[in-house]
Amino acid sequence: MPVDFLPLFVYLLLVVAIGAGGIVGLSRLIGPRRDTAEKLSPYECGVPPVGDAREKFPMRYYVIGMLFILFDVEIIFLYPWAVIYKNLNEHFGLLALAEMAIFVLVLLVGYLYVWRKGALEWE
Amino acid sequence: MTEPWRSLVVIVGVLAIALLVIMAQVWLERRIIARWQDRRGPNRVGPFGLLQLIADVIKLFTKEDWTPPFADRPVFVLAPAVVMTAGMMSFAVIPFAPTIGIVDLNIGLLFFLAMSSMGVYSVVLGGWASNSKYSLLGGMRAAAQMLSYEVFMGLSLAGVVALAGSFSLRDIVEAQRHGWFIVPQALGFVVFLIAGIAETHRLPFDLPEAESELVAGYHTEYSSMKFGMFFVGEYVGIALVSAMITTLFLGGWLGPWLPPLAWFGIKTFFFMCFFYLMRGSLPRPRYDQLMAYGWKLMLPLAMLNLLVTGAFLAAR
Repeated sequence: MPVDFLPLFVYLLLVVAIGAGGIVGLSRLIGPRRDTAEKLSPYECGVPPVGDAREKFPMRYYVIGMLFILFDVEIIFLYPWAVIYKNLNEHFGLLALAEMAIFVLVLLVGYLYVWRKGALEWE
Repeated sequence: MTEPWRSLVVIVGVLAIALLVIMAQVWLERRIIARWQDRRGPNRVGPFGLLQLIADVIKLFTKEDWTPPFADRPVFVLAPAVVMTAGMMSFAVIPFAPTIGIVDLNIGLLFFLAMSSMGVYSVVLGGWASNSKYSLLGGMRAAAQMLSYEVFMGLSLAGVVALAGSFSLRDIVEAQRHGWFIVPQALGFVVFLIAGIAETHRLPFDLPEAESELVAGYHTEYSSMKFGMFFVGEYVGIALVSAMITTLFLGGWLGPWLPPLAWFGIKTFFFMCFFYLMRGSLPRPRYDQLMAYGWKLMLPLAMLNLLVTGAFLAAR
């Protein structure tokens, strides 16, 4: 049975209208506008800023990003199993559990490898 | 009342009550934490300081809405709108009572996970667009933290899905008629709760905006209602995670004597207060401790929970 998505879209429109349009727009209209020299520079605790903010930053963040994608994709593969697990269990018995255990085991090997390689250390 | 009109009333009602609860939370949190810390909290404006929240909103509106000239303008404006929209959208799939809920998606749980992932964009975009060092640091920290904790947030829910055999939140609540999932899923519950706190970056996991080292993190350069959106977004997150815990682990609207909506409200309120208690009592960990905690402890625990749930269901 297809779900009626209309309420969701109406709700989305209202949220966007209130959130983006109403609140951010309204404070632009009401608020004062006074530019001073100090306001024109990024806040660095009162000290004149040095250089640009967009510089190199540690590789660690990329590693975490890649690990996230790997593990999240594997979890997405676990969801279909989870949702029909009761059904599987009736028809295939322990095989359904064993399938998942093997999958998690493979995941675990990758996880231990990542750990041993030191990708989880934050130095 | 015909069906479309009823639907519209529910939509507007949910939106209005959600916004009211979220604003009231700001006042409630300040009062409750003040009690725990032997202070009084806001008590001057109106009875019990209740009008404080209206005063705060008026103040935020009348402040200068300032977009820094050094910032990336479109992204800078987009980021606070995303945090609010993504947070509020998740309320659409939550069943508040047997007949009250905006939409009953058959993939409700996935919708919630998707929307909570959207929250990551707002902090990264906000931090990057500000072009300020504190903002960038806060944004990157927030991104790494939220990504890490999202991994096992998703994994901890697989147990609930296996027990209920459905992604629909309504079906999950109905499946708890003969026992709340907090009992068979105690481990999953703890993992989800911790992940939820980290996702909303509340204390003790508020490293992205640790004021003692990063000023205000990713929203350092924001002012007026744009800052207000980030601020409100945090409380949207608290209300949302509390409501999700109630739905997934505590049987949602189920309960004796009282009407369903009241049960839902009581359970959600309890977890909101738990969030405040965490803020009032726990210190902030170091960033490397936070990441190690997530990847080295919570992820294996979430995997273990899944295996145990599978074995438990097979043995039954």
